[in-house]
Amino acid sequence: MKSYPISIKPFGERAVLVEWPSKVEVSILADILDFMDAFKELKLPGWEMSVAYNSLTMVCNDEHLDYDNIRRVILDCHAKQAASKTKRMQHLWRIPVCYDAEFGMDLEEVCKTLKLSVDELIQQHTSHQYIVYGIGFLPGFMYLGGLPQSLEIPRRAEPRLQVAKGSVGLAGKQTGVYPQDSPGGWNIIGNCPIPLFNPKLEDPCFVKVGDKIQFQQISKAEYDLHKIEGEVGIYKPEKVLLNA
Amino acid sequence: MLKVLKAGFFATIQDLGRFGHRDIGVPISGAMDVESVKKANLLLENDPYDAVLEITMMGPKLQFEEPTAISLAGAHLEPKLNDVAIENHQVVQVSKGDILSFGKLKNGFRSYLAIKGGFLTEKVLGSRSQFFPVTKKKRIKDGDEIPYEETVSYKPLISEVKIEDHFLTDELEVFKGPEFSLLTDKQLAEIFSKPFTISKANDRMAYQLNELIEEHSHSMLTSGTLPGTVQLTPAGRLIILMKDGQTTGGYPRILQLSEAAICVLAQKKAGDSLSLKLI
Repeated sequence: MKSYPISIKPFGERAVLVEWPSKVEVSILADILDFMDAFKELKLPGWEMSVAYNSLTMVCNDEHLDYDNIRRVILDCHAKQAASKTKRMQHLWRIPVCYDAEFGMDLEEVCKTLKLSVDELIQQHTSHQYIVYGIGFLPGFMYLGGLPQSLEIPRRAEPRLQVAKGSVGLAGKQTGVYPQDSPGGWNIIGNCPIPLFNPKLEDPCFVKVGDKIQFQQISKAEYDLHKIEGEVGIYKPEKVLLNA
Repeated sequence: MLKVLKAGFFATIQDLGRFGHRDIGVPISGAMDVESVKKANLLLENDPYDAVLEITMMGPKLQFEEPTAISLAGAHLEPKLNDVAIENHQVVQVSKGDILSFGKLKNGFRSYLAIKGGFLTEKVLGSRSQFFPVTKKKRIKDGDEIPYEETVSYKPLISEVKIEDHFLTDELEVFKGPEFSLLTDKQLAEIFSKPFTISKANDRMAYQLNELIEEHSHSMLTSGTLPGTVQLTPAGRLIILMKDGQTTGGYPRILQLSEAAICVLAQKKAGDSLSLKLI
Protein backbone atom coordinates (compact mmCIF):
# COMPACT_ATOMS: atom_id res chain seq x y z
CA MET A 1 0.00 0.00 0.00
CA LYS A 2 1.34 3.37 -1.00
CA SER A 3 1.23 6.06 1.66
CA TYR A 4 -0.21 9.54 1.12
CA PRO A 5 2.01 12.54 0.40
CA ILE A 6 2.77 14.77 3.38
CA SER A 7 3.63 18.42 3.81
CA ILE A 8 5.73 19.72 6.68
CA LYS A 9 5.55 23.21 8.16
CA PRO A 10 7.49 24.84 10.98
CA PHE A 11 5.22 25.77 13.94
CA GLY A 12 7.13 28.05 16.32
CA GLU A 13 10.49 27.22 17.85
CA ARG A 14 9.85 23.68 19.01
CA ALA A 15 7.05 22.23 16.91
CA VAL A 16 6.32 21.12 13.38
CA LEU A 17 2.98 20.45 11.73
CA VAL A 18 2.79 17.48 9.38
CA GLU A 19 -0.26 17.43 7.12
CA TRP A 20 -1.84 14.71 5.00
CA PRO A 21 -4.48 15.41 2.31
CA SER A 22 -7.26 17.53 3.78
CA LYS A 23 -9.96 14.88 4.04
CA VAL A 24 -11.64 12.87 6.80
CA GLU A 25 -10.77 9.30 5.79
CA VAL A 26 -9.89 6.12 7.66
CA SER A 27 -6.99 5.35 5.31
CA ILE A 28 -5.43 8.77 6.00
CA LEU A 29 -5.80 8.27 9.74
CA ALA A 30 -4.16 4.83 9.44
CA ASP A 31 -1.29 6.41 7.52
CA ILE A 32 -0.78 9.02 10.25
CA LEU A 33 -0.78 6.34 12.97
CA ASP A 34 1.76 4.29 10.94
CA PHE A 35 3.96 7.36 10.69
CA MET A 36 3.67 7.97 14.45
CA ASP A 37 4.71 4.38 15.18
CA ALA A 38 7.73 4.74 12.88
CA PHE A 39 8.72 8.05 14.50
CA LYS A 40 8.35 6.64 18.02
CA GLU A 41 10.74 3.83 17.08
CA LEU A 42 13.48 6.43 16.63
CA LYS A 43 13.18 7.02 20.39
CA LEU A 44 14.10 10.70 20.15
CA PRO A 45 13.76 12.20 23.65
CA GLY A 46 11.21 14.86 24.62
CA TRP A 47 8.73 14.50 21.75
CA GLU A 48 4.97 14.42 21.98
CA MET A 49 2.51 14.21 19.13
CA SER A 50 -1.20 14.83 18.71
CA VAL A 51 -3.42 13.74 15.83
CA ALA A 52 -6.43 15.65 14.55
CA TYR A 53 -8.13 14.28 11.40
CA ASN A 54 -5.46 14.83 8.69
CA SER A 55 -2.69 16.41 10.72
CA LEU A 56 -0.06 15.61 13.28
CA THR A 57 1.34 18.29 15.58
CA MET A 58 4.80 17.26 16.75
CA VAL A 59 6.29 19.13 19.70
CA CYS A 60 9.77 18.77 21.16
CA ASN A 61 9.65 19.71 24.85
CA ASP A 62 13.39 19.34 25.36
CA GLU A 63 14.89 21.78 22.89
CA HIS A 64 14.37 24.30 20.11
CA LEU A 65 14.40 22.63 16.71
CA ASP A 66 16.78 22.75 13.81
CA TYR A 67 13.96 22.79 11.25
CA ASP A 68 15.92 21.51 8.24
CA ASN A 69 17.23 18.64 10.30
CA ILE A 70 13.89 17.54 11.71
CA ARG A 71 12.30 17.89 8.28
CA ARG A 72 14.83 15.37 6.92
CA VAL A 73 14.16 13.00 9.84
CA ILE A 74 10.40 13.19 9.20
CA LEU A 75 10.68 12.65 5.44
CA ASP A 76 13.01 9.73 6.00
CA CYS A 77 10.64 8.24 8.57
CA HIS A 78 7.68 8.67 6.22
CA ALA A 79 9.55 6.98 3.35
CA LYS A 80 10.47 3.98 5.50
CA GLN A 81 7.07 3.74 7.14
CA ALA A 82 5.40 2.60 3.91
CA ALA A 83 7.67 -0.43 3.68
CA SER A 84 6.91 -1.93 7.09
CA LYS A 85 3.31 -1.77 8.23
CA THR A 86 2.88 -2.82 11.81
CA LYS A 87 -0.26 -4.15 13.42
CA ARG A 88 -1.77 -1.82 15.99
CA MET A 89 -4.14 -2.69 18.81
CA GLN A 90 -7.43 -0.99 18.07
CA HIS A 91 -10.56 -1.32 20.13
CA LEU A 92 -14.27 -0.79 19.76
CA TRP A 93 -15.64 0.81 22.93
CA ARG A 94 -19.30 0.56 23.89
CA ILE A 95 -20.21 3.82 25.59
CA PRO A 96 -23.47 3.91 27.59
CA VAL A 97 -25.81 6.84 26.96
CA CYS A 98 -29.12 7.68 28.61
CA TYR A 99 -31.36 9.48 26.11
CA ASP A 100 -34.06 10.42 28.66
CA ALA A 101 -35.49 13.92 28.24
CA GLU A 102 -33.93 14.87 31.58
CA PHE A 103 -30.51 14.76 29.87
CA GLY A 104 -31.36 15.24 26.19
CA MET A 105 -32.74 18.73 26.44
CA ASP A 106 -32.57 19.25 22.66
CA LEU A 107 -33.78 15.75 21.72
CA GLU A 108 -37.33 16.77 20.86
CA GLU A 109 -36.25 19.75 18.76
CA VAL A 110 -33.56 17.71 16.97
CA CYS A 111 -36.14 15.03 16.11
CA LYS A 112 -38.48 17.67 14.74
CA THR A 113 -35.76 19.20 12.56
CA LEU A 114 -34.50 15.83 11.33
CA LYS A 115 -38.04 14.47 10.89
CA LEU A 116 -37.33 11.39 12.97
CA SER A 117 -39.13 9.87 15.94
CA VAL A 118 -37.16 9.75 19.20
CA ASP A 119 -36.80 5.97 18.83
CA GLU A 120 -35.56 6.32 15.24
CA LEU A 121 -33.00 8.91 16.27
CA ILE A 122 -31.69 6.77 19.12
CA GLN A 123 -31.65 3.72 16.85
CA GLN A 124 -29.58 5.58 14.25
CA HIS A 125 -27.23 7.15 16.79
CA THR A 126 -26.51 3.80 18.46
CA SER A 127 -26.30 1.58 15.37
CA HIS A 128 -23.21 3.25 13.85
CA GLN A 129 -19.61 2.87 14.83
CA TYR A 130 -17.70 6.14 15.00
CA ILE A 131 -13.98 6.47 14.43
CA VAL A 132 -11.88 8.55 16.84
CA TYR A 133 -10.01 11.01 14.58
CA GLY A 134 -8.44 12.99 17.37
CA ILE A 135 -8.65 13.94 21.05
CA GLY A 136 -8.48 17.61 21.95
CA PHE A 137 -10.42 20.83 22.70
CA LEU A 138 -11.01 19.58 26.26
CA PRO A 139 -9.14 16.80 28.10
CA GLY A 140 -10.68 13.56 26.82
CA PHE A 141 -12.88 15.14 24.13
CA MET A 142 -13.09 12.81 21.10
CA TYR A 143 -13.43 14.04 17.53
CA LEU A 144 -15.65 11.34 16.04
CA GLY A 145 -16.22 10.68 12.34
CA GLY A 146 -18.80 8.55 10.59
CA LEU A 147 -22.06 10.21 11.60
CA PRO A 148 -24.89 9.17 9.22
CA GLN A 149 -26.10 12.03 7.02
CA SER A 150 -29.60 11.65 8.46
CA LEU A 151 -28.30 12.91 11.83
CA GLU A 152 -26.49 16.00 10.54
CA ILE A 153 -27.89 19.13 12.13
CA PRO A 154 -26.36 22.63 12.47
CA ARG A 155 -25.02 23.64 15.86
CA ARG A 156 -27.30 25.81 18.01
CA ALA A 157 -27.54 29.47 17.00
CA GLU A 158 -26.50 30.54 20.49
CA PRO A 159 -24.06 28.40 22.45
CA ARG A 160 -25.00 27.49 26.02
CA LEU A 161 -22.80 28.94 28.77
CA GLN A 162 -22.80 25.61 30.53
CA VAL A 163 -23.22 22.14 29.07
CA ALA A 164 -23.14 19.38 31.71
CA LYS A 165 -20.31 16.86 31.94
CA GLY A 166 -21.16 13.71 29.98
CA SER A 167 -23.54 15.50 27.58
CA VAL A 168 -23.81 13.76 24.21
CA GLY A 169 -24.30 16.11 21.32
CA LEU A 170 -24.80 16.49 17.59
CA ALA A 171 -23.30 19.31 15.50
CA GLY A 172 -22.75 19.32 11.75
CA LYS A 173 -21.01 16.11 10.72
CA GLN A 174 -19.95 15.46 14.32
CA THR A 175 -21.21 13.68 17.39
CA GLY A 176 -19.41 13.54 20.69
CA VAL A 177 -19.38 13.62 24.48
CA TYR A 178 -18.45 16.63 26.65
CA PRO A 179 -15.96 15.15 29.14
CA GLN A 180 -16.46 18.03 31.61
CA ASP A 181 -18.80 20.97 32.22
CA SER A 182 -18.10 23.44 29.44
CA PRO A 183 -19.67 26.15 27.35
CA GLY A 184 -20.87 24.65 24.07
CA GLY A 185 -23.09 24.98 21.03
CA TRP A 186 -23.91 21.37 20.26
CA ASN A 187 -27.45 19.96 20.31
CA ILE A 188 -27.65 17.80 23.43
CA ILE A 189 -29.48 14.47 23.01
CA GLY A 190 -28.36 12.46 26.03
CA ASN A 191 -25.76 11.91 28.73
CA CYS A 192 -22.98 9.41 29.28
CA PRO A 193 -22.52 8.49 32.96
CA ILE A 194 -18.93 7.24 32.81
CA PRO A 195 -15.84 9.46 33.02
CA LEU A 196 -13.97 9.69 29.70
CA PHE A 197 -11.11 11.49 31.40
CA ASN A 198 -9.78 10.71 34.87
CA PRO A 199 -6.52 12.46 35.80
CA LYS A 200 -6.07 10.15 38.80
CA LEU A 201 -5.44 7.16 36.53
CA GLU A 202 -2.09 6.36 35.00
CA ASP A 203 -3.89 6.22 31.64
CA PRO A 204 -6.41 9.07 32.12
CA CYS A 205 -8.18 8.47 28.81
CA PHE A 206 -8.90 4.86 27.87
CA VAL A 207 -9.93 5.68 24.30
CA LYS A 208 -7.09 6.11 21.77
CA VAL A 209 -7.07 7.82 18.39
CA GLY A 210 -7.92 5.20 15.77
CA ASP A 211 -10.32 3.34 18.09
CA LYS A 212 -14.03 3.07 17.38
CA ILE A 213 -16.94 4.12 19.55
CA GLN A 214 -20.45 2.74 19.60
CA PHE A 215 -23.11 4.30 21.80
CA GLN A 216 -25.43 2.02 23.74
CA GLN A 217 -28.79 3.12 25.06
CA ILE A 218 -29.28 2.64 28.80
CA SER A 219 -32.19 3.31 31.17
CA LYS A 220 -32.17 5.92 33.92
CA ALA A 221 -31.68 3.13 36.51
CA GLU A 222 -28.62 1.81 34.65
CA TYR A 223 -27.40 5.39 34.28
CA ASP A 224 -27.53 5.94 38.04
CA LEU A 225 -25.66 2.68 38.66
CA HIS A 226 -22.91 3.43 36.10
CA LYS A 227 -22.61 6.97 37.47
CA ILE A 228 -21.77 5.62 40.92
CA GLU A 229 -19.45 2.97 39.45
CA GLY A 230 -17.69 5.70 37.50
CA GLU A 231 -17.33 7.95 40.52
CA VAL A 232 -15.80 5.26 42.72
CA GLY A 233 -13.62 4.17 39.82
CA ILE A 234 -14.84 0.60 39.29
CA TYR A 235 -16.67 1.03 35.98
CA LYS A 236 -15.01 -1.01 33.24
CA PRO A 237 -16.11 0.12 29.79
CA GLU A 238 -16.98 -2.72 27.44
CA LYS A 239 -14.38 -3.18 24.72
CA VAL A 240 -13.76 -5.44 21.74
CA LEU A 241 -10.34 -5.85 20.15
CA LEU A 242 -10.81 -5.06 16.46
CA ASN A 243 -7.65 -6.37 14.85
CA ALA A 244 -6.66 -9.39 16.92
CA MET B 1 2.50 25.73 55.28
CA LEU B 2 1.79 29.05 53.64
CA LYS B 3 -1.55 30.23 54.91
CA VAL B 4 -3.75 32.17 52.50
CA LEU B 5 -5.30 34.95 54.63
CA LYS B 6 -6.78 36.66 51.57
CA ALA B 7 -6.63 35.09 48.10
CA GLY B 8 -6.55 38.36 46.13
CA PHE B 9 -7.86 38.56 42.56
CA PHE B 10 -6.54 35.40 40.95
CA ALA B 11 -3.50 33.41 42.02
CA THR B 12 -2.52 29.89 41.02
CA ILE B 13 0.27 27.43 41.76
CA GLN B 14 2.31 26.93 38.58
CA ASP B 15 5.49 25.21 37.50
CA LEU B 16 6.90 25.05 33.98
CA GLY B 17 4.01 22.92 32.78
CA ARG B 18 2.34 19.56 32.29
CA PHE B 19 4.02 17.87 29.37
CA GLY B 20 3.28 14.69 27.45
CA HIS B 21 -0.53 14.68 27.58
CA ARG B 22 -1.37 16.85 24.60
CA ASP B 23 -2.55 13.71 22.78
CA ILE B 24 -5.49 13.39 25.20
CA GLY B 25 -6.36 17.08 25.08
CA VAL B 26 -4.58 18.24 28.25
CA PRO B 27 -3.16 21.77 27.87
CA ILE B 28 0.43 22.44 28.94
CA SER B 29 -0.57 24.99 31.62
CA GLY B 30 2.44 26.20 33.63
CA ALA B 31 3.52 29.77 34.34
CA MET B 32 2.44 32.32 31.74
CA ASP B 33 5.75 34.22 32.04
CA VAL B 34 8.36 31.48 32.26
CA GLU B 35 11.29 33.94 32.15
CA SER B 36 10.21 35.54 35.43
CA VAL B 37 9.78 32.14 37.07
CA LYS B 38 13.27 31.12 36.01
CA LYS B 39 14.72 34.30 37.53
CA ALA B 40 12.85 33.89 40.82
CA ASN B 41 13.81 30.22 41.17
CA LEU B 42 17.42 30.85 40.15
CA LEU B 43 17.93 33.40 42.94
CA LEU B 44 16.94 30.74 45.50
CA GLU B 45 19.07 28.07 43.76
CA ASN B 46 15.85 26.14 43.18
CA ASP B 47 15.26 23.64 40.41
CA PRO B 48 13.75 25.50 37.41
CA TYR B 49 10.71 23.17 37.65
CA ASP B 50 9.97 24.10 41.28
CA ALA B 51 6.43 25.37 41.73
CA VAL B 52 5.76 29.07 42.34
CA LEU B 53 2.67 31.20 43.01
CA GLU B 54 1.48 33.14 39.96
CA ILE B 55 -0.22 36.29 41.22
CA THR B 56 -2.43 38.17 38.78
CA MET B 57 -3.02 41.93 39.06
CA MET B 58 -3.83 42.15 42.75
CA GLY B 59 -1.83 40.44 45.47
CA PRO B 60 -3.02 38.03 48.14
CA LYS B 61 -2.19 38.27 51.85
CA LEU B 62 -0.11 35.31 52.97
CA GLN B 63 1.31 34.08 56.27
CA PHE B 64 4.36 31.83 56.56
CA GLU B 65 4.06 29.10 59.21
CA GLU B 66 7.72 27.99 58.94
CA PRO B 67 10.94 29.92 58.29
CA THR B 68 12.12 29.99 54.67
CA ALA B 69 13.48 32.30 51.97
CA ILE B 70 11.50 33.81 49.10
CA SER B 71 12.03 35.83 45.96
CA LEU B 72 9.71 37.70 43.63
CA ALA B 73 9.90 38.43 39.90
CA GLY B 74 7.60 39.59 37.11
CA ALA B 75 5.02 42.30 37.70
CA HIS B 76 5.74 44.90 40.42
CA LEU B 77 2.95 44.74 42.96
CA GLU B 78 4.55 46.71 45.83
CA PRO B 79 5.35 43.63 47.92
CA LYS B 80 5.68 44.10 51.69
CA LEU B 81 6.90 41.73 54.37
CA ASN B 82 5.32 42.65 57.71
CA ASP B 83 4.38 45.99 56.13
CA VAL B 84 7.99 46.80 55.15
CA ALA B 85 8.59 47.19 51.42
CA ILE B 86 10.69 44.52 49.71
CA GLU B 87 11.93 44.38 46.12
CA ASN B 88 11.64 42.00 43.20
CA HIS B 89 14.78 40.02 42.26
CA GLN B 90 15.92 39.84 45.87
CA VAL B 91 16.31 36.92 48.30
CA VAL B 92 14.23 37.74 51.37
CA GLN B 93 14.58 35.74 54.60
CA VAL B 94 11.25 34.90 56.18
CA SER B 95 10.55 33.95 59.80
CA LYS B 96 7.67 31.98 61.25
CA GLY B 97 4.53 34.12 61.36
CA ASP B 98 5.71 36.72 58.83
CA ILE B 99 3.03 38.20 56.59
CA LEU B 100 3.52 38.96 52.89
CA SER B 101 1.13 41.47 51.40
CA PHE B 102 0.98 43.55 48.25
CA GLY B 103 0.05 47.07 47.23
CA LYS B 104 -0.69 48.56 43.82
CA LEU B 105 0.17 47.13 40.44
CA LYS B 106 3.03 49.31 39.19
CA ASN B 107 3.94 47.48 35.99
CA GLY B 108 3.33 44.13 34.31
CA PHE B 109 0.32 41.94 35.16
CA ARG B 110 1.61 38.72 36.76
CA SER B 111 3.99 38.51 39.69
CA TYR B 112 5.76 35.31 40.72
CA LEU B 113 6.47 34.26 44.31
CA ALA B 114 9.18 31.59 44.56
CA ILE B 115 9.98 29.84 47.82
CA LYS B 116 13.10 27.89 48.81
CA GLY B 117 12.51 24.29 47.62
CA GLY B 118 9.30 25.21 45.79
CA PHE B 119 5.66 24.76 46.79
CA LEU B 120 4.87 21.10 47.41
CA THR B 121 1.23 20.79 46.35
CA GLU B 122 0.01 17.57 44.75
CA LYS B 123 1.42 16.64 41.34
CA VAL B 124 -1.19 15.57 38.80
CA LEU B 125 0.05 14.04 35.53
CA GLY B 126 3.57 15.14 36.35
CA SER B 127 2.90 18.78 37.23
CA ARG B 128 1.71 20.94 40.11
CA SER B 129 0.20 23.56 37.77
CA GLN B 130 -3.39 24.30 38.75
CA PHE B 131 -5.82 23.70 35.91
CA PHE B 132 -9.36 22.59 36.61
CA PRO B 133 -10.54 19.82 36.27
CA VAL B 134 -7.13 18.18 35.89
CA THR B 135 -6.36 19.53 39.37
CA LYS B 136 -9.17 19.70 41.92
CA LYS B 137 -8.80 23.44 42.42
CA LYS B 138 -8.74 26.20 39.86
CA ARG B 139 -6.89 28.73 42.03
CA ILE B 140 -5.97 29.47 45.64
CA LYS B 141 -8.78 30.42 48.02
CA ASP B 142 -9.05 32.13 51.39
CA GLY B 143 -7.93 29.75 54.13
CA ASP B 144 -5.91 27.43 51.86
CA GLU B 145 -2.67 26.05 53.28
CA ILE B 146 0.05 25.62 50.68
CA PRO B 147 2.76 23.16 51.72
CA TYR B 148 6.50 23.90 51.58
CA GLU B 149 9.54 22.62 53.42
CA GLU B 150 11.05 24.67 56.24
CA THR B 151 14.49 26.21 55.58
CA VAL B 152 16.52 27.79 58.39
CA SER B 153 19.45 30.15 57.93
CA TYR B 154 19.71 29.85 54.15
CA LYS B 155 22.79 31.65 52.83
CA PRO B 156 22.12 32.64 49.24
CA LEU B 157 24.95 32.81 46.68
CA ILE B 158 23.68 36.21 45.62
CA SER B 159 21.13 38.15 47.59
CA GLU B 160 19.97 40.51 44.87
CA VAL B 161 20.33 41.17 41.14
CA LYS B 162 19.72 44.34 39.20
CA ILE B 163 18.13 43.30 35.92
CA GLU B 164 15.82 45.08 33.60
CA ASP B 165 12.43 43.42 33.20
CA HIS B 166 12.08 41.62 29.86
CA PHE B 167 8.47 42.73 29.41
CA LEU B 168 8.96 46.49 29.11
CA THR B 169 8.26 46.42 25.38
CA ASP B 170 5.08 46.54 23.28
CA GLU B 171 6.54 44.56 20.43
CA LEU B 172 5.79 40.85 20.11
CA GLU B 173 7.95 38.71 17.84
CA VAL B 174 5.94 36.29 15.72
CA PHE B 175 6.69 33.51 13.26
CA LYS B 176 4.50 32.61 10.30
CA GLY B 177 1.80 30.18 11.42
CA PRO B 178 0.68 27.13 9.42
CA GLU B 179 -2.10 29.10 7.61
CA PHE B 180 -0.09 32.32 7.13
CA SER B 181 -0.38 31.99 3.35
CA LEU B 182 -4.17 32.50 3.55
CA LEU B 183 -3.67 36.14 4.56
CA THR B 184 -4.47 38.75 1.93
CA ASP B 185 -2.26 41.80 1.29
CA LYS B 186 -4.89 43.90 3.03
CA GLN B 187 -4.89 41.64 6.10
CA LEU B 188 -1.09 41.60 6.19
CA ALA B 189 -1.03 45.38 6.13
CA GLU B 190 -3.65 45.53 8.88
CA ILE B 191 -1.70 43.10 11.07
CA PHE B 192 1.78 44.53 10.73
CA SER B 193 1.26 48.27 10.25
CA LYS B 194 -0.96 49.16 13.20
CA PRO B 195 -0.90 48.51 16.92
CA PHE B 196 -3.55 46.33 18.58
CA THR B 197 -5.03 46.65 22.04
CA ILE B 198 -5.83 43.82 24.43
CA SER B 199 -9.48 42.97 24.99
CA LYS B 200 -11.14 42.42 28.36
CA ALA B 201 -11.41 38.80 27.25
CA ASN B 202 -7.94 37.82 28.37
CA ASP B 203 -7.01 35.03 30.73
CA ARG B 204 -4.70 32.02 31.05
CA MET B 205 -6.49 30.32 28.13
CA ALA B 206 -6.35 33.09 25.55
CA TYR B 207 -5.91 36.80 24.87
CA GLN B 208 -8.33 38.36 22.39
CA LEU B 209 -7.35 41.59 20.60
CA ASN B 210 -9.87 44.42 20.19
CA GLU B 211 -9.20 45.58 16.63
CA LEU B 212 -10.72 43.48 13.86
CA ILE B 213 -9.01 42.89 10.52
CA GLU B 214 -10.71 41.98 7.23
CA GLU B 215 -13.14 39.06 7.49
CA HIS B 216 -12.50 35.71 5.84
CA SER B 217 -14.46 32.58 4.95
CA HIS B 218 -11.77 29.90 5.03
CA SER B 219 -12.77 26.70 6.74
CA MET B 220 -10.37 24.00 7.80
CA LEU B 221 -10.33 20.69 9.61
CA THR B 222 -9.61 20.95 13.34
CA SER B 223 -5.86 20.76 13.91
CA GLY B 224 -3.27 21.20 16.65
CA THR B 225 -2.67 24.49 18.49
CA LEU B 226 0.08 25.60 20.86
CA PRO B 227 0.53 28.30 23.47
CA GLY B 228 1.27 31.41 21.40
CA THR B 229 -0.80 30.33 18.40
CA VAL B 230 -2.60 33.33 16.85
CA GLN B 231 -5.97 32.27 15.46
CA LEU B 232 -8.04 34.37 13.06
CA THR B 233 -11.82 34.05 13.41
CA PRO B 234 -14.09 34.49 10.35
CA ALA B 235 -15.15 37.88 11.79
CA GLY B 236 -11.53 39.03 11.63
CA ARG B 237 -10.65 38.78 15.31
CA LEU B 238 -7.20 37.73 16.47
CA ILE B 239 -7.16 35.28 19.38
CA ILE B 240 -3.81 34.40 20.92
CA LEU B 241 -3.85 31.09 22.78
CA MET B 242 -1.94 31.01 26.06
CA LYS B 243 -0.78 28.34 28.52
CA ASP B 244 -4.18 26.86 29.45
CA GLY B 245 -5.32 27.09 25.82
CA GLN B 246 -7.03 24.20 24.10
CA THR B 247 -4.79 21.70 22.26
CA THR B 248 -6.78 21.80 19.01
CA GLY B 249 -8.73 24.42 17.13
CA GLY B 250 -10.57 25.04 13.90
CA TYR B 251 -9.60 28.64 13.08
CA PRO B 252 -6.69 29.43 10.74
CA ARG B 253 -3.42 29.67 12.69
CA ILE B 254 -1.95 32.69 11.00
CA LEU B 255 0.95 33.43 13.36
CA GLN B 256 2.91 31.87 16.18
CA LEU B 257 4.39 33.95 19.01
CA SER B 258 7.99 33.26 19.95
CA GLU B 259 8.43 31.91 23.46
CA ALA B 260 9.93 35.23 24.51
CA ALA B 261 6.85 37.03 23.13
CA ILE B 262 4.53 34.79 25.20
CA CYS B 263 6.41 35.98 28.31
CA VAL B 264 5.91 39.61 27.23
CA LEU B 265 2.21 39.15 26.46
CA ALA B 266 1.69 37.40 29.82
CA GLN B 267 2.54 40.76 31.45
CA LYS B 268 -0.05 42.74 29.44
CA LYS B 269 -3.58 43.54 30.56
CA ALA B 270 -6.84 44.80 29.05
CA GLY B 271 -6.31 48.09 27.20
CA ASP B 272 -2.53 47.70 26.81
CA SER B 273 -1.28 48.06 23.26
CA LEU B 274 1.05 45.85 21.32
CA SER B 275 2.45 45.49 17.84
CA LEU B 276 3.38 42.33 15.97
CA LYS B 277 6.73 41.92 14.26
CA LEU B 278 7.46 39.08 11.88
CA ILE B 279 10.82 37.36 12.41
